[in-house]
Amino acid sequence: MWFTLTPLEREALSLSLLVSGWAVVGSLPFGIFSAWVLARRDFPGKSLFDGLIHLPLVLPPVVVGYALLVLLGRKGVVGAWLYDWFGITLAFTWKGAAIASAVVAFPLMVRAIRLALEGVDRGLEQAARTLGCGPIRTFFSVTMPLAMPGVLAGVILAFARSLSEFGATITFVSNIPGETRTLPIALYALTQVPGSDEPALRLCIISVVVAFAALLASEILAHRMRVRMEG
Amino acid sequence: MLEIDVTRRQGDFTLEIAFTAGSGVTALFGQSGSGKTSLINMVAGLSQPDRGRIAVDGKVLFDSGRGVNLPPESRRLGYVFQEHRLFPHLSVHDNLCFGMKRLPPAERRISVDHVVSVLGIGPLLDRRPTGLSGGEKQRVAIGRALLASPRILLMDEPLASLDGGRKNELLPFIAGLSRQFDIPIVYVSHSMEEVLRLADTLALIDAGRLAAIGSVEDLLSSPNYAALTGHGEAGSVIAATLTGEESAFGISTLAFPGGELKVSQIASPSGTLVRVRIHAQDVAIALAPPVGLSVRNQLSAVVRSVTPLDFYLVDVILDCGGCALWSRITAEAQSELSLRPGMSVTALIKSLTIARGDVADRPFGLVDTLPG
Repeated sequence: MWFTLTPLEREALSLSLLVSGWAVVGSLPFGIFSAWVLARRDFPGKSLFDGLIHLPLVLPPVVVGYALLVLLGRKGVVGAWLYDWFGITLAFTWKGAAIASAVVAFPLMVRAIRLALEGVDRGLEQAARTLGCGPIRTFFSVTMPLAMPGVLAGVILAFARSLSEFGATITFVSNIPGETRTLPIALYALTQVPGSDEPALRLCIISVVVAFAALLASEILAHRMRVRMEG
Repeated sequence: MLEIDVTRRQGDFTLEIAFTAGSGVTALFGQSGSGKTSLINMVAGLSQPDRGRIAVDGKVLFDSGRGVNLPPESRRLGYVFQEHRLFPHLSVHDNLCFGMKRLPPAERRISVDHVVSVLGIGPLLDRRPTGLSGGEKQRVAIGRALLASPRILLMDEPLASLDGGRKNELLPFIAGLSRQFDIPIVYVSHSMEEVLRLADTLALIDAGRLAAIGSVEDLLSSPNYAALTGHGEAGSVIAATLTGEESAFGISTLAFPGGELKVSQIASPSGTLVRVRIHAQDVAIALAPPVGLSVRNQLSAVVRSVTPLDFYLVDVILDCGGCALWSRITAEAQSELSLRPGMSVTALIKSLTIARGDVADRPFGLVDTLPG
């Protein structure tokens, strides 16, 4: 039976969607804020801030994962504090996987949103100001709607990157069935077992289908937005 | 009333301007780069003067001495930009209501229905700005600014991006706005035709400074500002009212404080306010009223000033019932007439020298607002 998912596949797929979904939703406000700071503000140390945000793009994911372990692990600088005060454990849980995915996908999200914000006509924002909108209201009623196609592209890109996240995840949260074994990690585990060619291929196909569906959805949404603005 | 007194340095350029603009339309006229747009951006709060004070109806918007600098959204000024700047993600209706929605209902002085009917944009309400023509977009932009019930309407060359036909379609709307909505307008322009048709007061801006401010007629009839107004040849501008026509002869009569002018026929109805431009070289001077002359316009006048222009020409400013009338005669004629200030003379103007293009309708002008 090619078209029904096995329990293992269903588990990995739903875990991947959960982890990636939370990674994107959780990092989106920070992503929009960072993109806005980079697109619209000038301050000393801006290039340092820019570099810091882009760092996960050029670092080996294993380094990111290890850094997260050091920072957010049960005995880590921040992790110990989180556990003592709130009883929150991130290492070796799906929440930790979401954080690892979010960190790795963050630069891609910020880049896309920053480009979109830079493309928004400042004259329209000025017009909104003269019509009685404060800076925050202007941002939500003019800037964001106009940047929406780019924000959407950033979200989809980050989502796809999260789906494919492997190195940082396996370093930070390891491979725990039902908790942190996402699609790529399940696939990696299968490739370590001799004679698992068919289940590995099935996981490959599932990954391709999910990624492709995400891209298609973003294309359709972006097209609809364009039509709405031109009609 | 707008009071402005500001200084701002931008590189080599220093803008230093102080004036007061009252009701009606005040035109800021000057070459590109003279600082007109910078000035109204400061009024709107989109840029900040280095020093100075800006107040509207007594409310201080900016005062460097007292550390007051209201953000644009708290100034309650309408701004119509050169490019329409409509929000592409909103329908025409939502664009119109954008500023109004943010205003407490008690402070909304102007109704959507009124604006829609005056600007004739009823059929466009459900459309998106992208599909509109340039003239339609600019009308919606004007409506959007008006509906925010501003204290003053600032307009930065709103017709500059439109072609001639669209311009003529929009001019009457703008001319009527100030009176219909009882709102002072500050209108930035570098087109003298727009100034003639729209403005009550003219402020001449030159290289960041105010060269002169006064009534359109006074400034455009003065040889002192001819270089700045750059308006073709030397001449005077007179405000007049269309009083009648003799269609059999293709002539219209205009009344102005100095008497009556006969010009080639104008299609507008009797009572329309117009501005007439009379070229200095078309005004002849006689020491006594001549008889048996083909020249239709003979106006009694008093010489105000005589200024030699060069060895060949002399500029004579005549006072014609309080209106300045500029005449340019040859130095040889002056040597024979010996014109001096205070002399009573007769000014002669041929009707056909006042062409259709020299008469500018002010479509919503009413007779009782005729100055003088």
